[in-house]
Amino acid sequence: MKSVSRSAQLFRTAASTACLLLSAVLASCSGSESVAGSQGAELAAVPAGIEASSPAQRRLITEQQYLNTVANIFGQDIEVIAQFAPMQRTEGLLALGASKAGVPSGELQKFQRAARQVAAQIVDNGNLELRLASHRDALFPCKPAAVDKPDAVCAEMFLRATGRLLYRRPLSEARLSQMVGEAGQSAAQLGDFYAGIATVIEGMLISPEVLFIEDRVEPDPEHAGRLRLDAYSYASRLSFFLWNAAPDDKVLKAAESGELNTAKGRARVVDMMIASPRLEGGVRGFFDDMLGFDSFANLAKDPTAYPSETGATLADAREQTLRTIYDHLVTKKLDYRDLFTTRTTFMSPALGAIYRVPTTPGWTEYQFPANSPRMGLLTQVSFLAQHAHPARSSPTRRGKALRELLLCQPVPLPPPNVDFSALENPTAAHRTQRDRVNFHLQNPVCAGCHKITDPIGLALENFDGAGIYRRTEKGVDIDASGALDGKGFTDIEGLALAVRNHPSLPGCLVRRVYSYGTGTAVDARDKPLVDFLTAEFGRHGYRFPDLMRAIVLSPVFYDVTPPAPAAQKSAAAAN
Amino acid sequence: MNTLNRRRVLRGMLGGSAVSLGLPLLNLFLNGNGNALADGSPMPVRFGTWVWGLGMNDAIFTPKKTGANFDLPEEIQSLAPVQKHINLFTRFNTFKDAAPLMCHHTGWVILRTGMAPTLTQVRPGETIDVTVAKKIGNTTRFQTLSATATGDVRDSYSYESANSVNAPEFSPIRFYQNLFGADYQDPNAAEFKPNPRAMVRKSVLSGVLDETSAVMKRAGAEDKERLDQYFTSLRDLEKQLDLQLTKPTPLQACTRVGDVKGEPSAGLDTVKVAERHKIMTKLMTMAVACDQTRVFNMGYAGETAATTKAGYEKPHHTATHEEPTDPKLGYQIEVSWFTRRAMENWAEFVAAFAGVKEGDGTLLDNCLIYAMSDISYAKIHSLDNIPMFTAGRAGGKMKTGLHIQGNGEAGTRLGYTMMKVLGLDIPSWGTLSNTTSKEIGEILV
Repeated sequence: MKSVSRSAQLFRTAASTACLLLSAVLASCSGSESVAGSQGAELAAVPAGIEASSPAQRRLITEQQYLNTVANIFGQDIEVIAQFAPMQRTEGLLALGASKAGVPSGELQKFQRAARQVAAQIVDNGNLELRLASHRDALFPCKPAAVDKPDAVCAEMFLRATGRLLYRRPLSEARLSQMVGEAGQSAAQLGDFYAGIATVIEGMLISPEVLFIEDRVEPDPEHAGRLRLDAYSYASRLSFFLWNAAPDDKVLKAAESGELNTAKGRARVVDMMIASPRLEGGVRGFFDDMLGFDSFANLAKDPTAYPSETGATLADAREQTLRTIYDHLVTKKLDYRDLFTTRTTFMSPALGAIYRVPTTPGWTEYQFPANSPRMGLLTQVSFLAQHAHPARSSPTRRGKALRELLLCQPVPLPPPNVDFSALENPTAAHRTQRDRVNFHLQNPVCAGCHKITDPIGLALENFDGAGIYRRTEKGVDIDASGALDGKGFTDIEGLALAVRNHPSLPGCLVRRVYSYGTGTAVDARDKPLVDFLTAEFGRHGYRFPDLMRAIVLSPVFYDVTPPAPAAQKSAAAAN
Repeated sequence: MNTLNRRRVLRGMLGGSAVSLGLPLLNLFLNGNGNALADGSPMPVRFGTWVWGLGMNDAIFTPKKTGANFDLPEEIQSLAPVQKHINLFTRFNTFKDAAPLMCHHTGWVILRTGMAPTLTQVRPGETIDVTVAKKIGNTTRFQTLSATATGDVRDSYSYESANSVNAPEFSPIRFYQNLFGADYQDPNAAEFKPNPRAMVRKSVLSGVLDETSAVMKRAGAEDKERLDQYFTSLRDLEKQLDLQLTKPTPLQACTRVGDVKGEPSAGLDTVKVAERHKIMTKLMTMAVACDQTRVFNMGYAGETAATTKAGYEKPHHTATHEEPTDPKLGYQIEVSWFTRRAMENWAEFVAAFAGVKEGDGTLLDNCLIYAMSDISYAKIHSLDNIPMFTAGRAGGKMKTGLHIQGNGEAGTRLGYTMMKVLGLDIPSWGTLSNTTSKEIGEILV
């Protein structure tokens, strides 16, 4: 996580200071305001015979969700230096760790520091010399009678609206009254109406109702004896999945009105959310997690080996892939599998040096020529550099990443107590990675696992540890032939096609999206639904937004069950 | 001074103008003997940990001599300046019993929790620093402080429970800001100005505590545990607000660190790691000297240390498995190069604490620092003979300058001994073969 809100990268571009008005947030700055038309083909509804429910969860808000939510409610220019503890990656996703994560004392201090930053900025009065606008003027729907005294009426107006957005449901009248009282006492003691409000906002931002995203349940009137999420919890589940942020005013209104309790209402709201620009936050959040991009926080290359690959280059590499994904899957609504063969991407000046292509300032769409070895996500610098050593490539790491991240095929850990002496680089005759890997594969202890990773990774050997194209390694022509689960190929294009057509590729995505959305690992009980969704995903051309839509509108997203006992869950985890 | 009375006074004053209170003269830090604080309370004993990765090369790391004045083989020669402050522990083992060996995870988890992890990706339970902090860390601004020289927030060795990690400070600039930024109260400041917002924040916090109680009523058993922890954290926050309303005791050893304006860019190059470690160490030393915390953790490397050497294509971990053993020297030259750099940083860490005068001795004299690695001989992921150190005299309760050999006994004996020294009333520590109730008597005064 970089120092200033990552949400800024995403939301600031289109931001205008007009969005700072909290009262306007409720209207014109709503994320669901910019509805851009209907979606593509609808996946079929889940047949009645397929069990579809998910456990009620209590998820700790992630750093990005917190930042996105703050930006959406208070404006994109609210800067927050947050450094919340990372979640534990579980079943391939950090998101699953949120259901188990606790908040020890040191972590709550971090939340409190972030809260203070936010609260102070919300009530600031701007600075004419620095040409900074007054946030209080923009965000407050009223002005206090006297700035140095309590004003219960104005405090209530502001806290009612803000509390509803932060708590993701209306505050109870009793709690609101308590908060207004707290604001008044603070204002009286500090001699400042706005300081009193800021103190209460600080409290809201460390509230368990805000930091923990709780699935509250209620009896399902349509299915006696079963439970469903209450409408506000469903709104939150939808929003954190589709937008990676809290629901906006329109989604909350749909919860308030009961619209989210009807199939027709849910469909309307979901279509509205999928058409929103905020969908980009959700899609990027998911793929950032699925592709393990958290490792970019400390990824660096040896400058003596790769002087042109700086930290800025690597940051752009991550951004390039996320832009490519969003453009391909959402903007153009193309086949997910074609992400692995597409030659369309985006280029920045820093990346131009690595790809050796001319660039112009800023980000521009770029098309690699048909004979280019750059073909699909596997040949982008983000994948190649992330899964390599600081000063050399790594067929094993690349092969392992492809298996685990994209095909959901876990690669076993190395066996214990292996003496690697036999695997030491034996002679100068082993000049290429292929030589070395082949030598390793002669060892039967290691060959079992390395055979499932290295032949894939070797096909990417035309790219060094920085992701720069090369024809030779130490003077030897690179042999990029390999095989993936029975499909042989002789070059990168062959690998790209083999991945694109691999039968596990779509199913893995469905599995990950499903887990990410419901916050729980896929287990044997979920398999029929995941299989159904995978088939439907394929039948409708592997369009990602359609998959998201189908999942959030399936009963699994709002029918809930008590959480399975841990032992039962882990035993059933493999499918 | 009676805290309650003081707060009552402050509450009255907060409604008016800014408050400032005169402080005692700064030469009244200590009692007449120089061995206790001016108010008569004893010098606090602090506990710290330090972790390096990928063990050592036994032949050039382990001294031939045991006891005092032990020899310093070439891999630990850099410890010479701090030898008198440390103890070295070798030939202690960790036992995974029936659990799988999770390469670079199992060893440090056993040495910090007493238990072997049983599943892949299972995080440890409560680590020793947290256990100790519950005993000695309740009166400071931070119950524990963790930092890493790797620049990676994921490199933590401190856990409250399997699902609650104490994420380390990974940016020196941010670490500085968090320590010595707006909320820092200089114990030696000429005037004390209680933060007028602390009182109103406390009032608001009570509303959040009420909310938490209501939320807990809706929670299942597992979530209730998480919310219990959250509730405790809120209580800790309340205590921290109290601290802001209470004049801190002047501390002779405390000097505010100058602003940290720069830091190394991301990456694990050994030079960058050392630079980061140096700044973090300086900040941590002053955090302890200024009584911001009494329990601290510093990581030199993450699990499966990936430190790199400019111009050498293999990171440390890769080198342990792939670098040939030099036939003449009998060890892996590059791997040893990495270990030597780690030992230099360990020596620097110890020296930093020894370099701060506190009372009639040094800050280190009032500390007990525990250093360990994740593995012994990394080439084969060996859990036998993982090297460990202590530094500091724990307020006079520990001897130093000794090399102790464990003859294959449980390495958890050291953790157990340290906890006893620090006043924890525990009959034993660890599980299965790592269980021990036997202190290492040679290091006790």
